[in-house]
Order: sequence, then C-alpha cells, then structure tokens
Amino acid sequence: MAKTFNFTVTDPAGIHARPAGQLVSKAQEYESAVTLNASDRSVDAKGILSVMGLGAQQGDVIEVSVSGSDEEAAAAALQQFFKESM
Amino acid sequence: MKSFQGVGVSAGIAIGPVQVLHTANEAVIRRVVEDPQAEVERFRAAQTTAIQQLGVIRDSTAAKLGEGKAELFDTHRLMLRDPEYVSSIEDLIMSSSVNAEFAVNSTMEQFAAMFEAMDNSYMQARASDIRDVSQRVIDILGNRDGNDSTVQGSGHIVAAEDLAPSETVQLDRSAVLGFVTEQGSSNSHTAILARTMGLPVVIGVHKGFESSDTGEMMVVDGSTGTVIIDPDDATLQQYREKQSGFEEHVRLLQKLKGQATRTSTGQTVRLYANIGRPSDVTAVLANDGEGIGLFRSEFLYLESADFPTEEYQFEAYREVAQKMGDRLVVIRTLDIGADKQADYFGLEHEDNPALGYRAIRICLTQPEIFKVQLRALLRASAYGNIAVMFPMITSVSEVREAKGILSQVKSELRAAHVRFNEDIAVGIMIETPASVIMADELAAEVDFFSIGTNDLTQYTLACDRQNPNLGRFADPHSPAVLRMIDMTVKAAHDHGIWCGICGELGADVALTDTFLDMGIDELSVSPKSILPLREAIRKR
Repeated sequence: MAKTFNFTVTDPAGIHARPAGQLVSKAQEYESAVTLNASDRSVDAKGILSVMGLGAQQGDVIEVSVSGSDEEAAAAALQQFFKESM
Repeated sequence: MKSFQGVGVSAGIAIGPVQVLHTANEAVIRRVVEDPQAEVERFRAAQTTAIQQLGVIRDSTAAKLGEGKAELFDTHRLMLRDPEYVSSIEDLIMSSSVNAEFAVNSTMEQFAAMFEAMDNSYMQARASDIRDVSQRVIDILGNRDGNDSTVQGSGHIVAAEDLAPSETVQLDRSAVLGFVTEQGSSNSHTAILARTMGLPVVIGVHKGFESSDTGEMMVVDGSTGTVIIDPDDATLQQYREKQSGFEEHVRLLQKLKGQATRTSTGQTVRLYANIGRPSDVTAVLANDGEGIGLFRSEFLYLESADFPTEEYQFEAYREVAQKMGDRLVVIRTLDIGADKQADYFGLEHEDNPALGYRAIRICLTQPEIFKVQLRALLRASAYGNIAVMFPMITSVSEVREAKGILSQVKSELRAAHVRFNEDIAVGIMIETPASVIMADELAAEVDFFSIGTNDLTQYTLACDRQNPNLGRFADPHSPAVLRMIDMTVKAAHDHGIWCGICGELGADVALTDTFLDMGIDELSVSPKSILPLREAIRKR
C-alpha cells in the first residue's frame, strides 16, 4: 500500500533547480518508487529533469506517492524534507 | 577599427588580444553502428567521465566562489544521471542503432525544447543547462576532453557565441581580462557568475566571432556595452585612460568601506540602501550600506500568481532583517497600482492611475490584504531591526487609520503569544504635495519621514513620470521640488523626528550639498551608489 501526502508549492519560480536537486537526491536514497502527482500528470521524483519539467507553479498542490519496501521510512523522510526545505 | 554595441552586464574595462572559443559546435553526424550494445557502453563511459569532471569543477568553484555557486554543478551532475535522460539516449541507440553522439544530441534537444516551452523565464533558461552538460558528453565521445575551453596564457579577452556556466568558472581569472558573447541574458547564470568574478562583460553583441579574429586587439566596456575590435591609437588611449580612471575609482571607493559618512565639518548622514528583494542584501553589505532605507515589498506581490501568504512574506522579511543584524531595515508596505499591476488584485482600468486606487488607498479599503502583510512584518520584527513605512500618504487621518490597523494586528499577535517588537518604528513616505503641506501635523504622528522624490516630482510639477515628452518640464531639480523637500525636513526636525530621501534624487551628487545644507538625516540609494555618495559627502 503506497504512502501519500500533499504539499503546496510556495516558491514563485515553482520548483527550481536547487530544491529540485535536493528532492531528487533525497528520493534516490530510498529503494521505493517516489512519484509526484500534479493535477494533469505524474512524474518520477528520482529524475531532476522530470521534477523540473513538471512545471509546478506557486500554489499548486502536489501529491507525493511513495511505494516500495522502505516506503514508511522514505515517506517520513520526504515529508520532513518538504516541511524544512520547500 | 570596428565598434559593436551589446549589453554591459558587469562593469569595468578590458583591453587586450581576443581569444575566440569554439565558434560553432561541430555538427553532430548521425551514423549507424554495428554493435549498439557497445555504443551504449561507450555512452556510459563518457557519462561517467563527464560526471567526474563536473565533480572537479564543482569543488574548484566551491573553493573559488563559494558553496552557493557550486550547487549549480550538483544540479548538472543530477541531470546527467536523470533516468529519463539516460533511458532516452540508450533506447535511441538500441532501437535505431545510432551513434552515441547523435543519441545524446537529439535527447538534449528534446529536453531543451521542453524547458523552452515552459511559461516561466527561469525554467526557459534551464535549457542552456541541459545543453551545457550534454555538450560535455558529446565532446568526450569525440575524444575532446570536454574542458578544452580553459584558455591558458596571459591577459586576453574571451569571445564566444555563448559561454556555459561551467566554461565561465573554468576561465583562468588571472589570465582572462573580460569576456564578450553573442548571446546570453543578464539573468543567465553566466552573467551572474561573471559579476561575482568581477570581470567586465558584454553580452548580446551581434557579431559572429570567427577563429580568425583570435589575436585581434579588443576593447570591452562593461559599463556601456561597447565592444571595439582593432581600435585606433586615439581610441585605445581614450579607453586606457577610462580604464585607469575606473580602476582608481574602484580602489578609492573600496577604501571608503568602513569609513564614516561624515563631512569635513562633522555633519553625518546615514547612508542606507534601497532594495527590491532579499537577495539584494548581498550587494548592500558588499557596498557597506549602513541600513536599508527602502525595502520595496512589491516584488512579493508582482512575482506571485496570487496574494502571497503570510508565511511567504514573513520568510522574506525575516531573511533581510537577520542578514542586516542590528542595522535598520525600513519595509515599505504594499505600493501596488499605477505602473505596478498584479492581475489577481482585479484592479479596474483607470484613465489616470497615478492619481488612482493605489498603495495605502488599497490597504485602507481592503484591510484584509493589509493585515496579512502587517502580521508578517511584525513577526519578522522579532528577528532584527525592522521599521514599517506607509506610502502615498495625503492626510493625518490616513496615518491614524493605518496605525489603528497596525495596533489591531499587534493585539491579535499578543493574544496568540507571538513574538514581535512592540516598539516597532512607524514612518511615512512623503511623496504628495498634500503630505508636505501637512508635514507639521504628520510629524507628530510618526517616527520618521522618507521623501519619495520620484512621485513628489510628478505630483508637484503635474508631470506624468511615464511620459517621455515631458523631460524638460519634469525637472526634479526644480526649486518647487527642492523647497518641498526643505519644508519636509524642517517640519520633521521641529518635531524631533528624522527625515530621509529614498527616491532617485538622493543619489544625485549634484544635490548632495543642497541636501546637507537642509540637514537631511538619511539618504537611501541603490547599493552601487552608496560608496560614490559617501565619497561626495566626505569631500564636503
């Protein structure tokens, strides 16, 4: 059963290079698949081009879905990351 | 002698022989390979080498320019490892039996096109990042080492069609005098890195640089954006003088850092900076600003697609306050309307927007918008030395009403046990003739005045500041404007409060003596004007 949570993009430039890079590095630490679901599409959070290419705008709500053997730990770590860094 | 005009993005003058870098990337040719699996291996080896090279560049950038600038190359390394990017290249090699160079090139174009299609200029500019990293892989595949842009030897100017950030930081700073590119925007990482490196730079020069230009004498004026190839002796002499004047001036100005802003007769003036966003604080500190006399909060509104949240505003104000330490930071509340529009405010079209629904008028009519900003501001006041300033004041009642809303917000925060500075200073902008006439009464209501000379000139002289035909009538040196300023300073001093200038006029050294004679207490100017102004004041 995948773990999901939401976050809202607060940066006026959307998810730009630095936070995108930090998110990707964090997601890569875990074996679980991490997917970002925007209103119209879903992308792999382990690829910086797909995260930046999502084109998230300030105010967009993104659903993060984590699924795999270490999903509990990965979801907790990512939730913490979004709280502190995005 | 040939002269070209571009855009100067980093000031200074460079004179020396030009070195043209890779005039055009060699076209990538599509070839059919017999063993696609071996071609994939060849790509992976090049990818690994490129990631290693970027690691080296990353570390040397961190050492030379700091961690912040180095992070860009972490992003570049992640791009080369991006699963979609890699699988696109490998799939193309496997499915079409093409050479690795071609697969990288077409994948690069595909992702660059994706960024270029995004409706945000920041993301559009990232297309150059994917091109930069992909080109490195292509160069390695072609047995070029990917770092061939590092030019050795003594003093020369680098010219190129465009310079990637990785190329810019690899330029040997002791050998490169400046650089010129045909493309580029002042927003690009390259321009930003160049300014950090302190090299004169001109971009957007419409001349195709050829390898045969290498060795020609060149003059680059990063202040005016002029580039001259093969200058004649008179021109060369003229620029050598300008160059030594510039260098001497920079040297003298640097010596003024840490010096008091005081005239020979002992009169002191506080020299503050105007900023538009938190990142400008770096320039304020680099130029020894004694405080921030005007933090235009509009950027928070103009760059957002909807009303900025309290949290978002709080972070911006707190960042500035913390970076400035105990130095004063005057935050001007929302000054939207007239020439500064944000769609989500839903402001009606006005025939006369300068005389319209703007600034404090919006705040007093829609206090729910105003309160969000005041709450953010007050919360940030716990982290530094913040003062609040209301714009476009014309009457005592407006000031009382604005202060009333401020006290309401204060009591709400108090009730919620949120920390803030109870004694936060409150000031107003003096930028309407009405506020000058009423300065005496207004001074009794507030802790300081700051004169906004741009609007004060427009309203006093009845000259629209956007109208280019009014030049000779819209003279801010007009005695009418200067007398307005004088009256304001006197009223402030009669009530024992300080009075500053935060408009363009404050930086006008032709008026510095006049302002000193009036007894102005503070001048707030753009960061780059601080040291020249300190020089003018100390000469007095």
